[in-house]
Amino acid sequence: MIEIKNLHVKLEKEDKKILKGLNLSIGAGEVHAIMGPNGSGKSTLSYVLSGREGYEVTGGLVMLDGVKLLDMEPQERAAAGLFLAFQYPVEIPGVSNMTFLRTAVNAQRKARGEEEMSASEFLKVVREKAKTLKIDVDMLKRSMNVGFSGGEKKRNEILQMAMLEPRMCILDETDSGLDVDAMKLVSEGVNALRSPRRSFLVITHYQRLLDHIKPDVVHIMAAGRIIKTGGPELALQVENNGYADLLAEGV
Amino acid sequence: MLLDVAKRDALAARIANLSIPTGGGWLGAARAEALARLLAMGLPGKRDEYWRYTDPSSLTTAVPPKTPLFATDNELMPFSGLDRLKLVFIDGVFDAVQSDDLALAGVEIERLGIAGRSDIHWAQSLYGVLEARGQMPVERPLSALNSAFATDGVLVRVKGNAERPISLIYHSNSENSDAILHHCVSVEEGAEITILENGPAGARFNKVIEVDLAKGARFHHISAQGRNHQCRAVTHIFARLAEGALFKSFTLTANSLLTRNEAVIELLGDDAMAHVAGAALGDRNFHHDDTVFVTHAGQRCESRQVFKNVLKNGAVGVFQGKILVKNGAQKTDGYQISQSLLLDGDSQFFAKPELEIYADDVKCSHGSTSGAIDETALFYLRSRGVPTQMAQGLLVLAFLAEAISEIDDNSISDLIRAQLEGWLV
Ligand SMILES: Nc1ncnc2c1ncn2[C@@H]1O[C@H](COP(=O)(O)OP(=O)(O)OP(=O)(O)O)[C@@H](O)[C@H]1O
Ligand SMILES: [Mg+2]
Repeated sequence: MIEIKNLHVKLEKEDKKILKGLNLSIGAGEVHAIMGPNGSGKSTLSYVLSGREGYEVTGGLVMLDGVKLLDMEPQERAAAGLFLAFQYPVEIPGVSNMTFLRTAVNAQRKARGEEEMSASEFLKVVREKAKTLKIDVDMLKRSMNVGFSGGEKKRNEILQMAMLEPRMCILDETDSGLDVDAMKLVSEGVNALRSPRRSFLVITHYQRLLDHIKPDVVHIMAAGRIIKTGGPELALQVENNGYADLLAEGV
Repeated sequence: MLLDVAKRDALAARIANLSIPTGGGWLGAARAEALARLLAMGLPGKRDEYWRYTDPSSLTTAVPPKTPLFATDNELMPFSGLDRLKLVFIDGVFDAVQSDDLALAGVEIERLGIAGRSDIHWAQSLYGVLEARGQMPVERPLSALNSAFATDGVLVRVKGNAERPISLIYHSNSENSDAILHHCVSVEEGAEITILENGPAGARFNKVIEVDLAKGARFHHISAQGRNHQCRAVTHIFARLAEGALFKSFTLTANSLLTRNEAVIELLGDDAMAHVAGAALGDRNFHHDDTVFVTHAGQRCESRQVFKNVLKNGAVGVFQGKILVKNGAQKTDGYQISQSLLLDGDSQFFAKPELEIYADDVKCSHGSTSGAIDETALFYLRSRGVPTQMAQGLLVLAFLAEAISEIDDNSISDLIRAQLEGWLV
């Protein structure tokens, strides 16, 4: 599905290297988790993959289904099936959730040469999906994320993901700020989307999330590189012992 | 006060080609008084403090710069779908052929030129009267010029709830169009009306509306200037509110070389409410100026000024807004916000908010901001698959939302929003 080869990234405005030769490959239908200390570059990786400005790729290659991802505009990447659930979802006063979602769904369909969703069909689908995530439909009429609680924002990211049906989903700390019940809801939302054709990259600090969303592979990232790759047991090891041993090993 | 020579000569040149329509009557007298006011003031000049940010010279030359006609067929008129009474003016003259009959239940509508010939008329106490009051404490000579030389207009007396809006439409058939229109609207106790204005107007357009609101009267005004970029316009709306009256005005300006919109509002009775709002979208050699003067004389009145400018490629926006709270106007609630969204580094927004308060128990606030588009929000939208231009359009609409929401009638605000969406998204 996605293949990241020897990716080097620095900040555009400063001479600060963040990703330093990162390799990662996720097959169709797989769920991979990334854990790693604060500041190790996890969010940067997710932003670079989705095309945010401010970063400069100084080396390496990313292929999404055989297509060079880094050459595309953010909106083209989205239409190609990439989705990032933001660590900090953005508030947009004056743009309602509904407008935002419908515009996004139809823009992607248009970009792919598919037929646009009618207003009534859209409403039906969005109601259904909101319900399973326990998102109040009235909330969707409000401005994008404005006045939403931390947990509501994260659930809203998953709703967008469910509506857009991407093939490569990156979840950046979607569990942070969620209470126990919301974490279950969100995990169920994610699990419902698991399919042999869809892959996930789940960034998290806590093993707890991985009890709900069972990863096939766990990676440990430090100082801009993947320093260790293993199975779910690696997450347990981090939970119990922290990163010290792994970091020592990795050097 | 004596005018300096330059001002006197400029005024003489400007009015040399104008003539006060004959016909005498009450209107003749009102025009003569307006001319006297104008002669005493002279035309505005670049050095006048009130024209500090806007160069009035193209509004005051003897003839307007020749201007290509605007083809309206490539632009939808925003109010086309509405049930309304259409009154069409071409180059400043009422066009009976394209207009509906001047018949609207609960409302009397007359043409200025015809009604002006009689000896007495209700509009005598309004035409030029609010304009004259509005010359203090700041002079507005172009409105006096209008009262003196207006070529046409309508006099509207509202006695009940008007069953549909009156829609004033301005067209031009001449490259040298120099239209001067003057309307008067009197809304009697408890009555209500909506006035819509749109159309490309022409090379130069000078328009005045005087609005007199009796106790509990309600007046809604929505003006949507089209996308004729080649026009220059100066407009004044003067309003006087009695107890419990409501005044609401919204203007949309999407283009034009130069627009100066002045609103001069007096809250005379207690518990009256006046909201003035505007949304302006400017590209390149666009200069837009909202100048507002609200006077609170009654108690417990509320006023709001909400102005939003979206500017790019060197466009210029100006806001001069004043709230004057007179002695005794206790419990005044005055609010004023002017904001600009600068889509590039070349565009400029000048804001001059002013408060002058002579009562002690009042709540007044004002604010002004200028900023760029929110890059994080833009990226968020794009990361969801929304093309850049569409994403920017959505953010621009969101920025304008507060001004548009000042329109009470949802069917009209939806039309304005749809018009903008069509242009932006
Ligand atoms: N736009 C930026 N400007 C300045 N520094 C940046 C920027 N983006 C990232 N960094 C720096 O790059 C490093 C990696 O940041 P990043 O947000 O990717 O870490 P992370 O692994 O997601 O951390 P966390 O677990 O705290 O979310 C940090 O030192 C951060 O301060
Ligand atoms: Mg992070």
